[in-house]
Amino acid sequence: MTDTIFALSSGAPPAGIAVVRVSGPHARAALESLAQRVPPPRQASLALLTDPQDGAPLDRTLILWFPGPGTVTGEDLVELHCHGGRAVVAAVEAVLAAMPGLRMAEAGEFTRRAFLNGRMDLNAVEGLSDLLAAETQQQRRAALMMAEGHFSRRVEGWRRDLLDLSAMAEAALDFSDEDDVPDAAIEQRIGVGIAALAEDIGTALAAPSAERLRDGIRVVLAGPPNAGKSTLLNALVGRDAAIVSDIAGTTRDRIEVPAAIGGTAFLFTDTAGLHEGTGDAIEAIGMDRARAALDAADIILWLGDAADLPRADALLIAAQCDRDPTRPGLQLSARTGEGMDSLVTTLLDRAAQLLPGEGDYALHARQRARVGELLAHVDAARRSDDLLVIAEELRQVRRAIDALTGQAGTEDMLDRLFSGFCIGK
Amino acid sequence: MQTRYDVIVVGGGHAGCEAAAAAARKGARVALLTFDRTTVGAMSCNPAIGGLGKGHLVREVDALDGLIGRAADQAAIHYRMLNSSKGAAVQGPRIQADRKRYRAAIHQMLDAQECLTIVEGEAAGLLLQDGLIAGLSLADGRVLEAASVVLATGTFLGGKLFRGDERETGGRVGERAATSLGIQLRDLALPIGRLKTGTPPRIDGRTIDWARLEAQPSDSDGWTMSPLSNGRPLPQLACAITRTNARTHQIIRDGLGRSPLFSGAIEGRGPRYCPSIEDKIQRFGDRDGHQIFLEPEGLDDPLVYPNGISTSLPTDVQVAMIRSMAGLERADIVVPGYAVEYDHIDPRALDATLEVRAIPGLFCAGQINGTTGYEEAAAQGLIAGVNAAARARGEAAMILDRASSYIGVMIDDLTLQGVTEPYRMLTARAEYRLRLRADNAETRLGAIGIAHGIIGPVRYARLAERDALRAEIETELAQPIGATTMARAGASVRQDGIRRSLFEWARFPEVDRALILSLAPRLAAAPANLRAEILEDAHYAPYLHRQDAEIADLRRNERVFIPADFDFASIGGLSTEMIERLDAARPDTLAAAGRIRGVTPAALAAILVHVRKVAA
Repeated sequence: MTDTIFALSSGAPPAGIAVVRVSGPHARAALESLAQRVPPPRQASLALLTDPQDGAPLDRTLILWFPGPGTVTGEDLVELHCHGGRAVVAAVEAVLAAMPGLRMAEAGEFTRRAFLNGRMDLNAVEGLSDLLAAETQQQRRAALMMAEGHFSRRVEGWRRDLLDLSAMAEAALDFSDEDDVPDAAIEQRIGVGIAALAEDIGTALAAPSAERLRDGIRVVLAGPPNAGKSTLLNALVGRDAAIVSDIAGTTRDRIEVPAAIGGTAFLFTDTAGLHEGTGDAIEAIGMDRARAALDAADIILWLGDAADLPRADALLIAAQCDRDPTRPGLQLSARTGEGMDSLVTTLLDRAAQLLPGEGDYALHARQRARVGELLAHVDAARRSDDLLVIAEELRQVRRAIDALTGQAGTEDMLDRLFSGFCIGK
Repeated sequence: MQTRYDVIVVGGGHAGCEAAAAAARKGARVALLTFDRTTVGAMSCNPAIGGLGKGHLVREVDALDGLIGRAADQAAIHYRMLNSSKGAAVQGPRIQADRKRYRAAIHQMLDAQECLTIVEGEAAGLLLQDGLIAGLSLADGRVLEAASVVLATGTFLGGKLFRGDERETGGRVGERAATSLGIQLRDLALPIGRLKTGTPPRIDGRTIDWARLEAQPSDSDGWTMSPLSNGRPLPQLACAITRTNARTHQIIRDGLGRSPLFSGAIEGRGPRYCPSIEDKIQRFGDRDGHQIFLEPEGLDDPLVYPNGISTSLPTDVQVAMIRSMAGLERADIVVPGYAVEYDHIDPRALDATLEVRAIPGLFCAGQINGTTGYEEAAAQGLIAGVNAAARARGEAAMILDRASSYIGVMIDDLTLQGVTEPYRMLTARAEYRLRLRADNAETRLGAIGIAHGIIGPVRYARLAERDALRAEIETELAQPIGATTMARAGASVRQDGIRRSLFEWARFPEVDRALILSLAPRLAAAPANLRAEILEDAHYAPYLHRQDAEIADLRRNERVFIPADFDFASIGGLSTEMIERLDAARPDTLAAAGRIRGVTPAALAAILVHVRKVAA
């Protein structure tokens, strides 16, 4: 018999309201013994919770009853919206823990049950994980798209197309002697279907990366020593994150500072100044790290000579324009604030191209790898004219789709996924 | 009369004959019980053996030294390789057999088999001792003792025939049904379901106007079903093709009200892939006609089997329907078609040896397990027979997995998923289809058969010689050859400087077969079927290699055993539906559990954790 689990599902007390969730076969009985009644399904009502042992009042709360299996966990579910004081929450939890068949939930257990009972697929679970961790509006929107299954629905569409194509291929292989299955026509239809599928999967693969959305757009400030990189960094993040001095080579290592600007997450990296000489050993390491940062950058702010641009799409910044207004590039003075608005606008424009737009989702590295695998098999099927090979590649596509939605996968992957959850969500 | 045996096989159809012969090859003393010894080896439905998926099963049974392949060659009057334009993995060898000669060939092989006795009689009930099988009682009061009983009773359990308003009890027309045994099986609380199948009317070939019809001749190249067969002993006949037409369809529609299929008289489910003509007209009414193959039933037998027109319409409607088709305007029906509804055991009650889990010593094979087809029956018969003998003699069970054979695929499907319609083999069911070819059955299964002691001396000698030759050819093909050498030999391959084995070069489209054979004299000198098999292996090698990883994963999970008394309901978080399916199928390994429909990987992970907990 399945245990009934409970946990505080809202933030740590003290808070305005604390939501305690109970899920499992004893959820209804637990509610009944706490509130002496069970309200109609999915209707909020007020009730005085009492300790069933001695009848002592615990809290006056809003109670909700969701009968399974049409609930988020797929089981009977109860929500208690208590007052958010530490003592109230502790008392309610203690009473629940004392009930037979009830226990405190483990980390991620509510979501694990939802997944086990087929209420969410793996992509939705990942979306929910991102949603709970979202710090910017953009992250929240993209995570919601994923959690609500927009990507899952697209994958489901592929699965349906694929089953049609596989069915056609298998019909041509297993029933070629029947006059209802004309060989040439069906092979042509399979070819057209595979091409369309390849195109759609290719488009999905071009979706923005979830890691960039979560960790922030990588903006690297680089240039020769003493060009004003650290000053600019401090101005962008709005605090003194890097030490600033007039001494060339003050910044010797990379400094990474996350910041949200205009609802977008950025990760700014200040780097050691690049120059021709070798300098000392530490300086050489610093320059190597600066170059590595440049390689991984989404956006480069180049505070050096126009002729030395490290990448064609690097933004040329004419920093310290209050000192020398004659150089080419975006005229900027971190000291006076001149050009800062224009720089921020440019950064946000560039970021918007790299991030999911309104109503888009982003793909995690796991999802991207699987979709890539899908596409490789679909392409292989497209290139072959041996129906047997086409059918085999389509079978591999089905396997890759199963891995993508978590219909098949490994225990390790699940454990890592579920342990990323805080309790009770 | 002898009354003590190791194995009793009930039923002399394809499953029963293979079961009895395989058990006897393994050294068990075997009784084959049948109502009437002359019906042993009867082909009760169509005269064809083999086909797509089914031809694979025939070759696999043959590779394990079974009867069906050799008997088919003895009786074949028409050979056809289906899908001959496609890759070898989906080519299906099929023959039309002369019924009388097929039965004679089976009788001859059974008579020659030591330790095997055919006993005439009617099975009345199973004898059980402490829950184990102890033997069988017969309707005339005789008692046969044995530690293993194989039920291969086909449609004879609770069989009921339908034709229009006519009803008859029995498995085949004119024969009795084994009802008392059926009642006992129900009483033993075995899960029993009901299925239906049908046959077409048999036509007198002398009344068919063959000259008007398109003929389909027998394949001219001399391949055989069994590599042991010495060519094709019988003269070859052509089949012919006719079609239903608008008038045929109208006659059928007008008669539907009198069909037991549509009046609700039949409750069992029929196969989707072999529908009755009534079903075809109902479901695909927009088609202007359906192909009907006219298959001769024998050299000196005027009966013709019209394949594709199975029906249970009343006889007068059948006559009108037949006579509405080209070439059949004056055709006479000798035996009208009928539908059969019969009991089957839910095969999820069986384990992978085809033993009933709840009744040790009881094995089931063939239609009783919800399958259809001679080839499916024969393959199960062989497995049940070998394992019934192994049980009686205390030897290791023979279990074939999905990566080894179509037999393994079928038994895994049956015992894990159960059936919702009569189960028929299709190549689409085999995920490792590229390696499970009809042409390499000997290579896949020969060694397994030898290990289980079911290979007779003639085949053993052949297999040993073939293995040795194969090993020599593999050495020959392993020699590395550079791209420049290949180019000098005449292949316009890309000069990438890579040295590849001849085996690898063989799959390059620029390298033709003649060139490979000129560089590999041993391969060139090998028998045609071995040469074709090796070249086909080379052609699909990259795909086979990729599947190896998949199979390694499968076999790893096959080693995680789930105890027989494991309580799936005790695992937190499994849905009721999942628990029901797991309980019905009782998978004995983690891999098997994962193949059951609806069991998610998360559920699988939970099962793994609990299995480890139980083991600890």
